[in-house]
Amino acid sequence: MKYPYFPGCTLYTKAKKLDDAGRECSQKLGFELDELKDWTCCGATFPLVNDYHIAMSGPTRILADTKARGDDKLVTLCSVCFNVLKRTNHVMRNDEERRAKITDFIERDYHGEVEVLHYLQLLRDEIGFDTLREKVVKPLTGLKVACYYGCLLLRPVKEIGLDAMENPTIFEEFIRALGAEPVEFPYKVECCGAFQTVHSMTTATRCSHDILRSAKNSGADLVITTCPLCQFNLDDRQPEIQKSHTAFSAIPVLYFTQLLALALDLPAAGLGFERNLIDPLPLLKEKGIVS
Amino acid sequence: MKTVISRSQVKGDFVSKVAEISGENFFNCYQCGNCSAGCPSVDEMDLLPSQVVRYLQLGLVEEVKSCKSMWVCAACMMCHARCPKGVDISKIMEALRVLRLREVGAEAHIDVTDFSDDYLARAPQIAMISGYRKFLPL
Repeated sequence: MKYPYFPGCTLYTKAKKLDDAGRECSQKLGFELDELKDWTCCGATFPLVNDYHIAMSGPTRILADTKARGDDKLVTLCSVCFNVLKRTNHVMRNDEERRAKITDFIERDYHGEVEVLHYLQLLRDEIGFDTLREKVVKPLTGLKVACYYGCLLLRPVKEIGLDAMENPTIFEEFIRALGAEPVEFPYKVECCGAFQTVHSMTTATRCSHDILRSAKNSGADLVITTCPLCQFNLDDRQPEIQKSHTAFSAIPVLYFTQLLALALDLPAAGLGFERNLIDPLPLLKEKGIVS
Repeated sequence: MKTVISRSQVKGDFVSKVAEISGENFFNCYQCGNCSAGCPSVDEMDLLPSQVVRYLQLGLVEEVKSCKSMWVCAACMMCHARCPKGVDISKIMEALRVLRLREVGAEAHIDVTDFSDDYLARAPQIAMISGYRKFLPL
């Protein structure tokens, strides 16, 4: 099975490990991510005011390109791209006036025909977590994982519709299928500070600390995420957190596709762990997951 | 503190514009404070999210225009998710931000030269792009 795939700008560079592992795992799981041609950035923010249409022209063109290929689904790995494409699609389906303005401007015919899917959703709804469990070669037994959803994978729930807002479970079901143990983690849907990291860094540091402390107090060995911005904040803010909270000890923050790749027995050397500020390898070796 | 509330401000252009472009009706809010209780940025805010809505209800335009809160909102939408009346404060905060950023001579709220090379080498593109979109004059 072939799915049209939109990687997005960050997955081509800073979050290459999220992309590489996602693509390699898809082959092991019997489907192919077929990258769109000539794609552009999605804009990385969905415009929250209703008189700012230009920001939706990029994502609409991406969706129209998918439709023009004759496809009705589009897969993303990045939570930000997923949120922007999904919300833009919602406008294209339901708001006649804004749809006309945007499609007239980009000179494309698009009415929201494409379904935007997150990779996790693809695993749950198209492949099935039971099938995934059968395909796991090296179960991640004994690994306790804090599944961090953040904001954009879930909210606003009426438009995104991936899972419940306060207590989603898709990520935990995924982790169980890999043989690892998800921990109960009260901060799993809280915000990491997002783009405030380039403006009010104290917000990003404090939010990241709250999330990581909650994960550690719940017994987690590591945190996983789907979002390059969350991964950056949670990983990169740790030295700063340690300066003001000496009792805080570091915890690795990985992409969900990296754990998936380990469970499918892909070589750890190709998974980009060297780009993690907090090195996960000592932990993975201690747990016998990486030799 | 004496607060003057005037009909001209409650019904004025600024409040109407915020309501129009955010698409939100401030008068749905009954000040339960759920938004402020769950907001990750309140430590850096001068007005709580629920206070921003209250000030808009009362037409306290200058206080709202000059508040810091709109600039530290991370648009995480937790306020909206937990509001019993469905008010989306992230849209109100964005409306306040863009109205400031659309003013003639609006100031930039981030400067790329403030970041170290090391930081720029690590920060994902989505951080910089969304930062530009939220904090630079439009």
